[in-house]
Amino acid sequence: MPPILYHAIAAFVVLNVVIGLVTYVTLLERKFAARMQSRIGPYYVGWPHGWLQPIADALKLMMKEDIVPNHADRWVYNLAPLVFLVPCMLIFATIPFAPGLGVADLNIGVLFFLAVSSLEIVGLFMGGWGSHNKYALLSAMRAVNQIIAYDLPFVFVALIPVVLAGSLQMSAIVAAQSGLFGWYVFYPVLGQLAFVAFLVATLAAENRVPFDILEAESELVAGFRVEYSGMKFALIQLAEYAHMIGTSFLGALLFLGGWLGPGPEWLGPLWFLLKAMFVFLVVTWVRWSFVRIRVDQILAISWKLLLPISLVLLLATAFVVAYRSAGVA
Amino acid sequence: MADTVAQHVVEIGYGGNERLVMNMGPQHPSAHGVFRAILTLEGETVVAVDAVIGYLHRCHEKLAETLTYVQYPSIASKTDYVSAMTAELTYVSAVEKVGKIDVPRRAQYLRVLAAELQRVASHCLWLGTWCMDMGGALGGGATVFLYAIRERELILDLFEALTGARLLYGFHQVGGVRYDLPAGWTEQCRQTLNLIEQRLREYEAMLEDNPFFLVRTQGVGVISRELALDVGVCGPLIRGSGIDYDVRRAEPYSSYGEFTFKVPVETAGDCHARYRVRMVEFRESIAIARQALDGLPEGPISSRPGVKSVGQVRVPKGEGYARVEGARGELGCYLVADGGAKPYRLKWRGASFCNLAVLPHIIPGHKIADVVAIMGSVDPVFGEVDR
Repeated sequence: MPPILYHAIAAFVVLNVVIGLVTYVTLLERKFAARMQSRIGPYYVGWPHGWLQPIADALKLMMKEDIVPNHADRWVYNLAPLVFLVPCMLIFATIPFAPGLGVADLNIGVLFFLAVSSLEIVGLFMGGWGSHNKYALLSAMRAVNQIIAYDLPFVFVALIPVVLAGSLQMSAIVAAQSGLFGWYVFYPVLGQLAFVAFLVATLAAENRVPFDILEAESELVAGFRVEYSGMKFALIQLAEYAHMIGTSFLGALLFLGGWLGPGPEWLGPLWFLLKAMFVFLVVTWVRWSFVRIRVDQILAISWKLLLPISLVLLLATAFVVAYRSAGVA
Repeated sequence: MADTVAQHVVEIGYGGNERLVMNMGPQHPSAHGVFRAILTLEGETVVAVDAVIGYLHRCHEKLAETLTYVQYPSIASKTDYVSAMTAELTYVSAVEKVGKIDVPRRAQYLRVLAAELQRVASHCLWLGTWCMDMGGALGGGATVFLYAIRERELILDLFEALTGARLLYGFHQVGGVRYDLPAGWTEQCRQTLNLIEQRLREYEAMLEDNPFFLVRTQGVGVISRELALDVGVCGPLIRGSGIDYDVRRAEPYSSYGEFTFKVPVETAGDCHARYRVRMVEFRESIAIARQALDGLPEGPISSRPGVKSVGQVRVPKGEGYARVEGARGELGCYLVADGGAKPYRLKWRGASFCNLAVLPHIIPGHKIADVVAIMGSVDPVFGEVDR
């Protein structure tokens, strides 16, 4: 089989799996949130416990009228959901779901992930700008502010496992975490601090409460997507959740040892999925228990707190690694 | 346009030169009904706000002139539909004052009980919606909202058992109350009060141990003591600004003098102070309701017979003003009677209306996100503002 064919098939499969996963992760989140709020959540569409609800939602969104505001910048407005979606799907390209099972296990996998995932801001800003809506515009401005502020700490924190493993390749990072308590989240002190910082940066990078100032439905109604309806809205939702899940997978890879776990090797992808869902649920848990903070407070947290902490953590990790390798040599 | 005439009540000078006028409301998730705020923004900062009200005007005062004293209490409950009991109480108190009608002691106690339960229910709704303003319908705020609504439902169940209605009760009538307590109600009420008191601690744990909640509320929307007096805010707002004033104690009505309760006062004047005041009021209301249940006297529940015809109650010529400490503050009703079965003129003094007037003074200088937080902490109900 020519490599290009293999990659094409793998990409097709991963794309569809991701879309299916995204649809069902929404159900997971809704059920989880409902439990936290002493509700039941989706129940009636599909027995038992509303498992057809995501399908019904998707069908509903497809059948909705597609409205373009009169004064919208049509090109920008129509392109924005796609520009938003593509990077959020691209990040899955470098994620290996088991040894050798993935679209492309690049030797600069982590770098590719970080670079591509911050591209989503372009689509987001296009959507906010093209909608010709003041709420959307304000939200887009906030988005740019926030993404710039939080991408730096996010990158620094994600680099800590890279430094520990000595490689930018995802599979190499996982391989370096093998052994009892080998996962980087168990790395003394540094690992735990880095994991917490990673979760905070994740929340902000994914625009989740308490950092969801760009959606901010109590002030900006729905932020940059206030004018979107139907399939375009569905694409934006899909992109957001895909980004969220992609970041959860990254967290599981970098800190929780990816597909490593007890049992036979073919259980690997399952372990990986479970760990990613764990990261996702932690993020969801935070989302449903905090109030949103203000834009100035978000920026202050990033520049004054998270950025210095992540820098110090990265430096400390580098020192530890250098000290150890010097000891060995 | 009226909008342009009343613009820029308070304006703060900022260095920037580009301004954006943004219309928040009347249809907006945080408009608490139909409030419209025309914000002038410089970046994220609000430099001027023009508050527009009147979208829910339903001619309540004119309507009062066309309805008899027997009919109107059920309409009075629609002024402040979140705490309908106190609105009814205000109206019948005014009628009783003008008509010099006695109220039996059992009825007075039942009125106190209903009013205090209503205050708890109303504060539950306030806590939930306010947190939703700050936390979003897709975030932690919604969690608090659903918890608070759960507790409000329990009180509405009590009211349903008492009056048959869950929102607009028609519980009060001139000369007393319309319904006596059904069997088993007292026990159910006690259990509900115990449960809510316990849940209050959970809310406080969830909110006050949360630094994000604190940074969103402390120092935000400060109403100074002087401003509170100048604008004439009332209820939890004035008590949050360091003024120890409560109609229940300043001018006891419906035998409030026989109950012991604390009036909470905070001096900071910010959103957090108003939150603290209301959280203490929750507990005081529960304590008053317990006292009313304990000391409930026997006897008739009304000094007048039950309703047989709509023109049954006639009030001699005269005028009078009755006021009641509602959940949102001093709710007043000025009544002019001409001797017939209908009032000659009625004037409502809405607590939310007076409280809302403070918004243009405190919002400029805050961020957009704070606008909804401040508005939520004022707790306006637009049925009462526009009437």
